[in-house]
Amino acid sequence: MRTIECRDITDAVARLCVESNLYLPEAVAARLDSLAESETSALGLTAIKAFADNRRIAAADKLALCQDTGVAVVFVELGQEVAISGGLLSDAINAGVARGYREGYLRKSMVTALERMNTGDNTPAVIHLELVAGDRLSICVLPKGGGAENMSKLAMLKPSAGLEGVRRFVLDTVREAGPNPCPPVVVGVGIGGDFERCAELAKKALCREIGSVNPDPRLARLEEEWLTDVNELGIGVQGFGGPNTAIGLFIEEQPCHFASLPVAVNLNCHCDRSRKVVL
Amino acid sequence: MEYIIDWPADSFKLTELRSGDIVHLSGTIYTARDAAHRRLVDLLDADKETPVDLRDCAVYYAGPAPCPPGMACGSIGPTTSGRMDIYKEKMMKAGMKLMIGKGKCFPQLKELCREYKAVYLAAFGGVAALSAKSVKSMELVAWPELGAEALMKLEVENMLLVVINDARGHDYYEMLAEK
Repeated sequence: MRTIECRDITDAVARLCVESNLYLPEAVAARLDSLAESETSALGLTAIKAFADNRRIAAADKLALCQDTGVAVVFVELGQEVAISGGLLSDAINAGVARGYREGYLRKSMVTALERMNTGDNTPAVIHLELVAGDRLSICVLPKGGGAENMSKLAMLKPSAGLEGVRRFVLDTVREAGPNPCPPVVVGVGIGGDFERCAELAKKALCREIGSVNPDPRLARLEEEWLTDVNELGIGVQGFGGPNTAIGLFIEEQPCHFASLPVAVNLNCHCDRSRKVVL
Repeated sequence: MEYIIDWPADSFKLTELRSGDIVHLSGTIYTARDAAHRRLVDLLDADKETPVDLRDCAVYYAGPAPCPPGMACGSIGPTTSGRMDIYKEKMMKAGMKLMIGKGKCFPQLKELCREYKAVYLAAFGGVAALSAKSVKSMELVAWPELGAEALMKLEVENMLLVVINDARGHDYYEMLAEK
């Protein structure tokens, strides 16, 4: 057994919250810059330049890239040979979220669902815990803004809908979202599992690195085809038309009940933030 | 076309704007999003005075991040305007002329903007550190308990905006979709 202290987890989460909100992953930044080559909309070009200016200012002034610093979604892979010491894992993560959002001047957007009272420190985080082999603890923080999250959808399709039904649902979701989720978007698609698992798969898909290729060749081909289809919708950067509606489309798939074909589409904005650490 | 507008001094220019035009906005605007709208409209419904005079006012659908020391404003940018659709007619009736946000609104906004001679402008989303540079001052007006959702008064300079709904009943997103 290897022991990991709660305070080290809190420190790591606090740092990930701040860094993910201030600095965009290199691959995302490079992809956004490269859109200028194919952009046909004058407003789209202005926006692409604004994205770059924004990254520069955010880094220089230590300001959040987007004022919507999101729900703190935390993906945890906990090695089965790890013992957590000094408290509960979820408490340690939430303490890190509270500290990171306070120290980083990040917005506290979490409210009670019905009374709409702000919780004051952006907790609770949405924590996805997976037990894995080994003695490591991997933590990925994905600050998820409300605008893109609100345009996400889930459908329990009939098995007869098949691959074409899934494709159509993905395209319809992005089309209906239009300018709202701050395109160019990243499209996370979860296929299979059950009701809640397919939503989780869609979110997990958003953790993939921009430009990465799915190790499953079937899914890699679909990702490429559907990304082309999405970009042919013509929504464009910030919804001002043009060929750049999405910078990535990622699929996660798993088996499901033979009566069901669950599919979830989770959208992320161009400010496609995430940060990971392995303890 | 590109317009330089100082609000509210240049309110007479509003009817010249066309969907798709670019506006560089300076002047006084107020932030209000879901929770502040609920309260404003409750006050209007009850015939009570609102914390800010809504006549000729510009409303920015935005909730800024906390302001770091020495800065005028923290990260700030537009939120999805469509969530405030159900409050728009009452706000316009009370005098609101400018709406600033992002994304598409309900189809009825075209008719409302024509009737009340109001305009909806989109700001770029997700560039909040850059957008903070346009804010020269920020002052709490009401409801501090709402945190980032409080009603705040902003003095802005040269804010880059795109006209989505003009006062003639056009919607730029619909025009783009028809192209």
